[in-house]
Amino acid sequence: MAEATLVILEKAAVRQAASATGERRGVRVLLIATAIVFLALLLFLPLAVVFAEALRHGWGEFLAALGEPDALAAVRLTLLVAAIAVPLNTLFGVAVAWAVAKFEFRGKSLLVSLIDLPFSVSPVISGLIYVILFGTHSVIGQWFAGRGIEIVFAVPGIVLATIFVTVPFVARELIPLMQEQGTKEEEAALSLGASGWQTFRHVTLPNIRWGLLYGVLLCNARAMGEFGAVSVVSGHIRGLTNTVPLHVEILYNEYNFVAAFAVACLLALLAFLTLGLKSLLEWRHGAELAASRRL
Amino acid sequence: MTTLSPANSPSWFREPSILPGFGITLGLALAYLGMIVLVPLAVLFFHSAGLGWAGFWDLVTEERTLGALRLSFATAFIAAAINGVMGVLLAWVLVRYRFPGRRLIDAAIDLPFALPTAVAGIALTTLYAPNGWIGRLLEPLGLKVAYTPLGIVVALVFIGLPFVVRTVQPVLEELDRELEEAAATLGASRWQTIGRVILPTVLPALLTGFALALARGVGEYGSVIFIAGNIPYVSEIAPLLIVIRLEEFDYQGATAVAVAMLLISFALLLFINLLQAWNRRRHGHG
Repeated sequence: MAEATLVILEKAAVRQAASATGERRGVRVLLIATAIVFLALLLFLPLAVVFAEALRHGWGEFLAALGEPDALAAVRLTLLVAAIAVPLNTLFGVAVAWAVAKFEFRGKSLLVSLIDLPFSVSPVISGLIYVILFGTHSVIGQWFAGRGIEIVFAVPGIVLATIFVTVPFVARELIPLMQEQGTKEEEAALSLGASGWQTFRHVTLPNIRWGLLYGVLLCNARAMGEFGAVSVVSGHIRGLTNTVPLHVEILYNEYNFVAAFAVACLLALLAFLTLGLKSLLEWRHGAELAASRRL
Repeated sequence: MTTLSPANSPSWFREPSILPGFGITLGLALAYLGMIVLVPLAVLFFHSAGLGWAGFWDLVTEERTLGALRLSFATAFIAAAINGVMGVLLAWVLVRYRFPGRRLIDAAIDLPFALPTAVAGIALTTLYAPNGWIGRLLEPLGLKVAYTPLGIVVALVFIGLPFVVRTVQPVLEELDRELEEAAATLGASRWQTIGRVILPTVLPALLTGFALALARGVGEYGSVIFIAGNIPYVSEIAPLLIVIRLEEFDYQGATAVAVAMLLISFALLLFINLLQAWNRRRHGHG
């Protein structure tokens, strides 16, 4: 009798221990279900809508919307803008990460927080500052206009605004990574007679390549998808200063929903590609990415 | 050598190092950051200073501007709060439980970072419009989402979702289970452990995520303008008002709204940073 009581008590104790650092099954299922329903309403259904609306009238209309000259011009402009903005920000990211991660100097933390500044500025304000700076009412804008160079409501303005909103991506990926790696390997290479450039090329670059790729990936996704900043400086001239996201807006506002969602599909596919490659990088090279990555 | 002034001596500005390239990389970085970010932002503030204090104040306290600012900050705050709760829940589920599809969900959390905002905007609008898949179900309940301030909150929850999850997740991953076991051994119930052990550990990361989501939400434009309805005084967000003023060639009006937004945002972020510092001091670490 006493033994039976002991067994019951023991079982109760084991159950107690399990629930002490975990939740009961019912709670667990409820939490998982809440998470899935929330994400379905917020993420998965909107994605499904994009493809459903684009294919509402079949593939013919879908492909026609993508092959339309204005859509193609928008794709070309988006590729051009990304091809300028991403390499420049990559160069900046590598340079600033080298200075910040490999050296100790005054004002470093200020510099690091300044790099993130564009993330706390509204995209609309990012565009506005270039309109104020280079618009036809400003001194600089008039100087350029006198030489036949248009910046605002033209491609250079779109490029500048895109660069502004994507400045932090590569730098914030590389700075923590290079700080974790320290300077020992570079010092060894230098003491063995390597030049500064050789050291960077053969020692630092192989160490940071996956983190660099990760930053470039995120930078590119934002550069190709930016809407607010580009919208303010673009002038919305079809076939000339329309990027893909702006083209989506124009089509949507004209109630041309099938075409709008068809072009939006291109951007959704870009997002899938970005997320896929990002997950692959985290999975295969997670150890070579910055552990203390900030958002 | 004796004429070496402190400004020329490397030790005043930086610690000595045998690595090359400090001057050129820092110089390049500062020049780039200055040209792209700092000078244009400074010009914005300089431009608004041209209005004079009274002129600036008149533009900002105009009823339409005040309404837009109030709406932007209120909806961003509500959305960040919702993301605070749901973000912790999602991070908890992803870190603690194993279930089919977990990896897919983990990857999908970053979708709002990767999906262009205009696409999110038109998709959410179509979904929550009165004839949309979800809007159709809500309509009989008298709930209108698209073209109301509620729609703005939905768009901002979408945009801010990854921030809280991705700041809280690593903290939960590193949380020492032995602490929870210790709490349980000392007689704490599961709820007491969650409230007194887990939540205080997660709180700083949660606040950071909240601040990031709030800052992003206040300035968000692309995903909101489609779903908002954009009725002045009711569902017109501050970034949209800037665009409208620009389209009217009212550069001063646009600048005033922008500077007001930036000042309030920076003050809020500063306040949250101070709150963090106070929280760290209170718990006696960091």
